[in-house]
Amino acid sequence: MHCSGLPLPIKHKIVMPVAASIPVEDLSAQARMARPSRLGDRAFEWLTLAMALSVVVLIILTGWQLWHGSTLAIKKFGFHFVTNSTWDPVGEDFGALPFIYGTLVSSFLGLLIAVPLGIATAAYLTELAPLWIRQPLISLIEMLAAIPSVILGLWGIFVMIPWLRDYPVPVLKRLLGWTPFFSGPMYGPCMLAGGIIIAIMILPIITSVSREILRSVPDLQREAAYALGATRWEATRIAVLSYAKKGLFAAVILGLARALGETMAVTMVIGNTPQIVVSLFQPGYTLASVLANEFTEATTDMYLQALFAIGLVLFGITIVVNLLAQLLLRTITTQSATRAVQ
Amino acid sequence: MRFETAHQHTWRKIKSGLACTIALVSGVLVISPLALVFCYLLVKGAGSVNWDFFTKLPTPVGVAGGGMANAIVGSLELLAIAGLIGIPVGVLGGVYLAEYGSARISSFLRFLADVLNGVPSITWGVVVYGLIVLRFKGFSAYAGGLALALIMIPLILRTTEEVILLVPNGYREASLALGVSRWKTIIHIVLKTASKGIITGILLALARVGGETAPLLFTSFGNRFWNHSLSQPIAALPLQIFTYAISPYDDWHRQAWAGALVLVTGVFFVNITVRIVTRGRGASVV
Repeated sequence: MHCSGLPLPIKHKIVMPVAASIPVEDLSAQARMARPSRLGDRAFEWLTLAMALSVVVLIILTGWQLWHGSTLAIKKFGFHFVTNSTWDPVGEDFGALPFIYGTLVSSFLGLLIAVPLGIATAAYLTELAPLWIRQPLISLIEMLAAIPSVILGLWGIFVMIPWLRDYPVPVLKRLLGWTPFFSGPMYGPCMLAGGIIIAIMILPIITSVSREILRSVPDLQREAAYALGATRWEATRIAVLSYAKKGLFAAVILGLARALGETMAVTMVIGNTPQIVVSLFQPGYTLASVLANEFTEATTDMYLQALFAIGLVLFGITIVVNLLAQLLLRTITTQSATRAVQ
Repeated sequence: MRFETAHQHTWRKIKSGLACTIALVSGVLVISPLALVFCYLLVKGAGSVNWDFFTKLPTPVGVAGGGMANAIVGSLELLAIAGLIGIPVGVLGGVYLAEYGSARISSFLRFLADVLNGVPSITWGVVVYGLIVLRFKGFSAYAGGLALALIMIPLILRTTEEVILLVPNGYREASLALGVSRWKTIIHIVLKTASKGIITGILLALARVGGETAPLLFTSFGNRFWNHSLSQPIAALPLQIFTYAISPYDDWHRQAWAGALVLVTGVFFVNITVRIVTRGRGASVV
């Protein structure tokens, strides 16, 4: 292609022999250069492969270690471990039910608050907000995601819980005190506080994943709705939100996965009492919190084994929920949504 | 055919405006914890952040003063250990996914990395406790650093891979055409081109694990004094904040707020700097 501008005869004279000899020279050149670089290439590829396989190793190693650490407890309690509601380190009777209950209730409460807020904010960011607001708001949400869990917990203990006790809780009691969920007094750390902290912690991820999902809705959808005379909200509801239903569901599951594993902030505000009570004003306990609180206090072997078993339950639940979320995300979108997860 | 009356039209307009307002309010609600937390940190913590805080050891209960110098240094040491393990593994793993792996293998590994990113950080503490602490009979800075490294690996792996995929193929072809071997092309051309994005990913991962408490509770354990050997327990800023926050002493609470202010300032500083530096083309990378 380089010869196009040159006189043909001369070009022929020079190019033809070279062109004819290219395969030969190329081979010999390869033979000369290949040996050292091939080795380097091979070694480098294997090295990077080994590093990439670390993710496989990590998952297997984690599962193995948690299983290995809890074999005695599993042998002793069997499946009864997840249905037993006693947690008695002195009597060596261990059951995970109060922690599973606490984890599920606090996560559900967190989702109940975070999902509508997160999706509404995502819709605001992609569809409704004036353009100049969008980027600053996105940055602020990213900053919220960057706050370490322990700091949110600190704020929860000293600011949020006293505020909850003084203002919203009396109102809740007056309005909904007749339901079992809001009965009894609130002394301080409780399930409600745990749920709110979880909501704060998962809001950024739900918002940013939902935003990516909504952004990936084709503009044709919106244009069609506006062409039919839809208002801004109608276009959002009919053409965007309902189109993205499946993706938004994936965002919720992803939020759930995060909620189940939240540790520090929840530990600091939930009260850490292994009990199963309906009232949200009562303290509770989660799988992650019992690990955080009692691991270094485990004095007997069986106690430690039971805690490893708790770890195994937590790992199992979060892996399953995460797998589900990732599979859902992969069926509907490309890179953009999974990127927001980090 | 039914036409819309003016009345219906106004009602639809009002509904739309109402929905926009509700969405705006939820946006404000979402970021309000950020503002609230930051304000309280400033109000309650700023008074206790002074020279002593950065240079002195914690004092015993009841003795006023003291600081968190050992915890700040300890956190930096832990981050150094975590970085030494996590950065090479994450970056090279990302190189494999982007440069070598077949589509199927890469997407499988990518999937696993995404799943790992969702595993609760306390799990890594438990695993490292079983692997290192029980085996070597003691809490250590190594164990804490390793636990943090395990969190960093999938994070860095994914960002590295994504940045490398953005490097135009022409760069690789040009280098290969000059006879440069593939691995040298990757190191000198691809990684160099993508270095800004990779460093961004590394810094964000460090900022993320720098605030982690859960994996350190039973690996590095914490220490009220200077750590003289990495095989001994070591203090970390988030750990110290946690211990002080759940203690019953007012003086310790004040220190916890101060520590939290310092930690958040550090984390925000890294985040904001990185975002400003990579604004524009880097935005898609992060």
